[in-house]
Amino acid sequence: MKCRRCKAPAVIEIPRHNAAFCRECFLRHCREQVRRAIDEHRMFVPGDRVLVAVSGGKDSLALWHLLTELGIDADGLYLGLGIGEYSDESGRYARDFAARVGAGLHEVDLPTDYGYDVPGAARATRRSPCGACGLSKRHLFNGFALEHGYDVVATGHNLDDEAAVLLGNVLRWETGYLGRQHPVLPATDGFVKKVKPLVRLGEREMAAYCVLNGIDYQIEECPMADGNRHLGLKTTLNALEEQSPGTKAAFLFGFLARGHGRFADASDAERETLAPCSGCGGPTSTGGLCAFCSLRVRVSNPQPVALRTGR
Amino acid sequence: MKVLLRNPRRELEVPGPITVAALLARLELVPESVLVIRGDTLVTSDARLDAGDQIEIRPVISGGAP
Ligand code: SF4
Ligand SMILES: [Zn+2]
Ligand SMILES: [Zn+2]
Repeated sequence: MKCRRCKAPAVIEIPRHNAAFCRECFLRHCREQVRRAIDEHRMFVPGDRVLVAVSGGKDSLALWHLLTELGIDADGLYLGLGIGEYSDESGRYARDFAARVGAGLHEVDLPTDYGYDVPGAARATRRSPCGACGLSKRHLFNGFALEHGYDVVATGHNLDDEAAVLLGNVLRWETGYLGRQHPVLPATDGFVKKVKPLVRLGEREMAAYCVLNGIDYQIEECPMADGNRHLGLKTTLNALEEQSPGTKAAFLFGFLARGHGRFADASDAERETLAPCSGCGGPTSTGGLCAFCSLRVRVSNPQPVALRTGR
Repeated sequence: MKVLLRNPRRELEVPGPITVAALLARLELVPESVLVIRGDTLVTSDARLDAGDQIEIRPVISGGAP
């Protein structure tokens, strides 16, 4: 198989573009797609201080590398989730990468800095681990950026992630979430601007980008992800993609172009009801503690489990 | 050839030569969900793998709420 651009031997096929590329042309394709997403959605303005949410996985490291290649300076923030060896290793990949490209890496550790870890939070709140984890990540990345004067947080959500989230939201007609699902969330009171520069690139392309650049990343699956609904949605979409390449991109980009605007009212209405959290001052719709603060309260005062005593 | 698989990590011995497409079909893997790595580079579905090759099949789908 030959590269579509230069006819050298290809290293990767991308069926949805009906193309195959050699190493150089593939890396160029990735840079072009990120550049296009950034320009199309006005993700950055000159002088922005950019913070990348770094997990040590393929997407966040590829994102950080791509931004650097495009001349966009960004610092990283690694959040230690306290998921045993998995987190230890992930942290090492993040640090090694930062050292390799000479970029600044901040670290926040849930156990050390906040006194809980994801498995413990899941037990104490009876939420799924991913629920407790996602909530912690959203809160802490946002808070860290605001506190340290970053203008925008960039995350490694790729085309597959976004298409899967979209499918999940459509299946349940989550109108508020649909109104907020966009590659750019502008800054509002209490929320820093958030951007997803990888929306035009698939998960497989991000892994390929890392392999072809010699970037080592966490390959193992998070041990808490078992039986995850998100994974099921991705598998379903990949089955459709296999029959009809381009399905995921058409689903997501069609929504952004023709569907998203119809749900904007639903999320605006939710935003208007936000008030400061009585714990951290961050925005919340509960009127009391925000979801993050109530999670912390529940982890530090676990409810006793009622035991059945003898007969 | 030796084929390394992940999650969980295990190694298989597969007789070569065989094309990447045929190897994936044999292991019942969907091409969209994996990369096939030989040495430090990637190979396309039509590539022929030989008996002495060291191959890694790396899953690319990650779970978890993003
Ligand atoms: S799989 Fe779930 S628990 Fe693990 S890192 Fe991702 S969101 Fe967190
Ligand atoms: Zn080429
Ligand atoms: Zn709070």
